[in-house]
Amino acid sequence: MKIRVLLVDDEEEFVQALAERLSMRDYDATTSLSGEDAVEKLRQYNFDVVILDVRMPGMDGTEVLREMKKIKPLTEVIMLTGHATVESAIDGMRQGAYDYLMKPCKTEELVEKINKAHEKKAEHEARIRDAKVKEIISSPQAALRED
Amino acid sequence: MSLKQAMAGECGLQFFGKMTASISHEIRNVLAVLNENAGLMEDLLLMAEKGRPVDQERLKALARSMGQQIHRGDGIVENMNRFAHEVDQPVKQVDLNEAIGLLVALSGRLAGMRGVTIEPVCEEEVLMTTNPFFLENLLWCVVDFAMPLMGEARVLKIISERSETGVRIRVSGLENLEQAVRDRFPSKREQALLESLKAECAVDVTAGEIVISLPKKIDPVYSGDPTGE
Repeated sequence: MKIRVLLVDDEEEFVQALAERLSMRDYDATTSLSGEDAVEKLRQYNFDVVILDVRMPGMDGTEVLREMKKIKPLTEVIMLTGHATVESAIDGMRQGAYDYLMKPCKTEELVEKINKAHEKKAEHEARIRDAKVKEIISSPQAALRED
Repeated sequence: MSLKQAMAGECGLQFFGKMTASISHEIRNVLAVLNENAGLMEDLLLMAEKGRPVDQERLKALARSMGQQIHRGDGIVENMNRFAHEVDQPVKQVDLNEAIGLLVALSGRLAGMRGVTIEPVCEEEVLMTTNPFFLENLLWCVVDFAMPLMGEARVLKIISERSETGVRIRVSGLENLEQAVRDRFPSKREQALLESLKAECAVDVTAGEIVISLPKKIDPVYSGDPTGE
């Protein structure tokens, strides 16, 4: 299954070109031009990794990250920053972002971070599945419980 | 140097830093688009080498887009250059509409981040002799103060006009001015800039406007050039 990536940035040409390049590399890339739209898309669909611009009009990256972690805590987020300072990105990592990248970024570096973020999410999901299996084995009624 | 001049100078450094940081962010955005477009072009050519036919129209569109981004970047750098040269002479003849236009271009992104559009309204040529850097700094202070007070339209108008005594700038489209003004406007930094520009500031709560009145000409000694040269 392809890795599902959501690209969030108000620079339309940037996200479109990046999405096309990721699709060529066999990723399932979706774009979003605002924080509000990204949160809505995350509510409706599942993504493995979100590439999120820190500075956007309206809901900015840090706010979007907070919302995303509430909606889909396992989805990994890589912050994208155009600022020379890394404070905003570090702040994002404190709030649960997987990593950050400075704009403009090297494709190889971005792809590597996406893959690592996806691995982390997959491992986390596998651990949750294992825990559920163990719970069911030890107490079969647990299978009837809702998540 | 008086305390007020020192304060105006410190405020000026903050203003310069704010605008420069915003400009650098815009340039980075341009570079990021160019980077992805160049990368996409390279990807398409590599795929063509492997036998997939290249879509020439796609390549042309990418080249066109890159040209537009270069044009955009050039505009940003030109504004940055004009801004940097505003401090060359403490006092000079200024076309007020050009000064407002420059401030709108420099602060457009910062306003956009707060969901505000700044619209200059310049119906006549307004020439004045003043300190352009302090003038733009004062305008930014007013815009920065005004942005949280915008009505639903989210359009902040900066209107330039001649007056009986000199020049008037009206910053219009504001709501809930009374409370905000009482709490924090004009602050000491705005007062220092107003004094350096020999300007006065009035607030028209009913019209939702901040009105700055400036003389048509100031003496260099009032604006950071003690030699008067």
